[in-house]
Amino acid sequence: MQAFVRHTGIAAPLLRPNIDTDAIIPSREMKQVSKRGLDVGLFAAWRYSDVDARTPNPDFVLNQNAYAGCSVLLGGANFGCGSSREHAVWALVEYGIRAIIAPSFGAIFQQNCVRNGLLPIVLDAEAVEALAARIQTDPRALPLTVDLEQQHMTLPDGGRWSFDIDATHREMLLKGLDPIALTLTQEAHITAFEALQRKHRPWLYSPLQTSAV
Amino acid sequence: MAQTLFEKIWQQHLVTSLDDDNHLLYIDRIFLHERTGSIALESLADSGRPVRHPQQVFCTMDHIVDTVPGRNDDTRMPSGTLFIQSTRRAAHAAGIHLFDLGDPRQGIVHVISPELGIVQPGATLICPDSHTCTQGALGAMAWGIGSSEAEHALATQTLRLKKPPQMRVCFDGELASGVTAKDMMLYLISRHGADGGAGYAIEFAGAAVAALSIEARMTLCNMAVEFAAFTALIAPDHKTFAYLQGREFAPKGEDWQCAVADWSALHSDPDAKFDREIRIDCAAIAPFVTWGTSPQHACAITETVPAPAALNSASETQAVERALKYQDLQPGTALLGLPIQNAFIGSCTNARLEDLRAAAAILRGRKVATGVRAICVPGSQQVKAAAEAEGLDRIFLEAGFEWRESGCSMCFFAGGEHFPRRARVISTTNRNFESRQGPETRTHLASPATVAASAIAGFIADARQLAPLS
Repeated sequence: MQAFVRHTGIAAPLLRPNIDTDAIIPSREMKQVSKRGLDVGLFAAWRYSDVDARTPNPDFVLNQNAYAGCSVLLGGANFGCGSSREHAVWALVEYGIRAIIAPSFGAIFQQNCVRNGLLPIVLDAEAVEALAARIQTDPRALPLTVDLEQQHMTLPDGGRWSFDIDATHREMLLKGLDPIALTLTQEAHITAFEALQRKHRPWLYSPLQTSAV
Repeated sequence: MAQTLFEKIWQQHLVTSLDDDNHLLYIDRIFLHERTGSIALESLADSGRPVRHPQQVFCTMDHIVDTVPGRNDDTRMPSGTLFIQSTRRAAHAAGIHLFDLGDPRQGIVHVISPELGIVQPGATLICPDSHTCTQGALGAMAWGIGSSEAEHALATQTLRLKKPPQMRVCFDGELASGVTAKDMMLYLISRHGADGGAGYAIEFAGAAVAALSIEARMTLCNMAVEFAAFTALIAPDHKTFAYLQGREFAPKGEDWQCAVADWSALHSDPDAKFDREIRIDCAAIAPFVTWGTSPQHACAITETVPAPAALNSASETQAVERALKYQDLQPGTALLGLPIQNAFIGSCTNARLEDLRAAAAILRGRKVATGVRAICVPGSQQVKAAAEAEGLDRIFLEAGFEWRESGCSMCFFAGGEHFPRRARVISTTNRNFESRQGPETRTHLASPATVAASAIAGFIADARQLAPLS
């Protein structure tokens, strides 16, 4: 997993609340059994005026010159709600998004972000709106620097916002850790638990043994 | 110390605490489907890690497969056949249980897991699907995750978790006639917002919940994710035990007696502490329908579309303005009488046998309005067979509904099918998001009875005003 320590990039505002994962990556855009090839489907229903012909919709923020090459999104509350599809995060990462700043996130989406090196920052709604208003005056001259180590964001004009983040998420992102490898070091605990559970709650296992696989 | 139901299940599955906040929890059951499960299995295989306990892993085909009669691996979903076949290959290679096309047990994951007795009270179950919370209705701790987390569970039979905060939602009193679990959830979400339950493990309780059937409890828990909850659950009772007894993967013989004795302790202690409590008087709940593009955009079917200016914040006002524009609705428009072109009965929310019975009671002896396309997709092949044994398929077909094989279908383009551009759809599903059921489709969520009544009328209609015909 790609680590996240510090990143500077253009930040684009998508401030509406409840942006769901169907909007981020529609079902029909997931065309391969793969974590890649998803960036062209990102926000397809909003980004294209004709989805099949891939005609860009000039009104959509990511299609505007001022935000070309953006790598940070400013979102509304409950960002990433809805379907658990991790494709939403894979599509954002492939497109080049490194951090999303929103008042709250869908829980599964937030977890998926951390698992893929995409930094989800929770910031209260007023602060997100203030940040967006400031950047919108000249997005290309005001790239946002997100520093996970220091837990703050800065603009070249001196604007500065601190943020809190779950300590575990921070460590996973800073070091780009593989949680499966970490958990496998707990093998002795897992084996001991399984032996105990099979003894005390055998009914969880017995129907599985008798059924043909 | 007094414990909540959730804390009891948590405690029983705690493998070890990694630090003060992070815990390793044992996962009893893993369920996969061909959209997100295939990629988890393939990615795990690529990393050279085996599935730790294939016997504890189940997989169905529901998210991509066609639901048209006579279906096979072909589907209009772009590259859908690839997902179906790679899931089959990966499932066989890993040696997990697969409910494939043609298997009489195939169906929507959250319908078949309870139906087959795979989910059980006090068990932990995960699935890379957000509606996994549905299965909490059986008294289990069941929740949705992403594909990477599914890979973690497949490799280690555990997940790393922080303990979520606890909420209890008490539905007090009795539901009025014609009001269902679907209406209870739309009411709750409309009153407290689509992020009102953000991050909580929610226990549904109260007299009205105890009075619900197990199937209706599943509808209630299903939409907890639309309330942004971590998950939801309901204390198991005699109805739960009766529901599970004799099902394929449920305990048998002496094991059954031991299991029921154990499950009987699964309830919140009287003085257990919740971080938040919500009480709802069920007398206030009418049949509900959504008008906008979030499940929180819902009101009683007899009400009118609200005015954006009546809302609290500027961003909410803008969101509602956008939703009304998208839905092509004006503030003050009555929902009753709004013309619809499509009616859909299906999904993990409302496609179980009782849902089909409720719709059939309205449809019996009536016809779908001219110009309305109406589709019924049973939640599982077992639901379909049971409905056919009762003759419900005849009622749907004679009314003018299509009668399908089981799958997720037009809840979200499954099978590659969708409703026409800008069509208005009344639907028993769970999400009225923009373009969820087709390009720019205008979805209105409602109960099976409301959908059936609206299909007959050709506009949004109140099922309470239609007496059953014999």
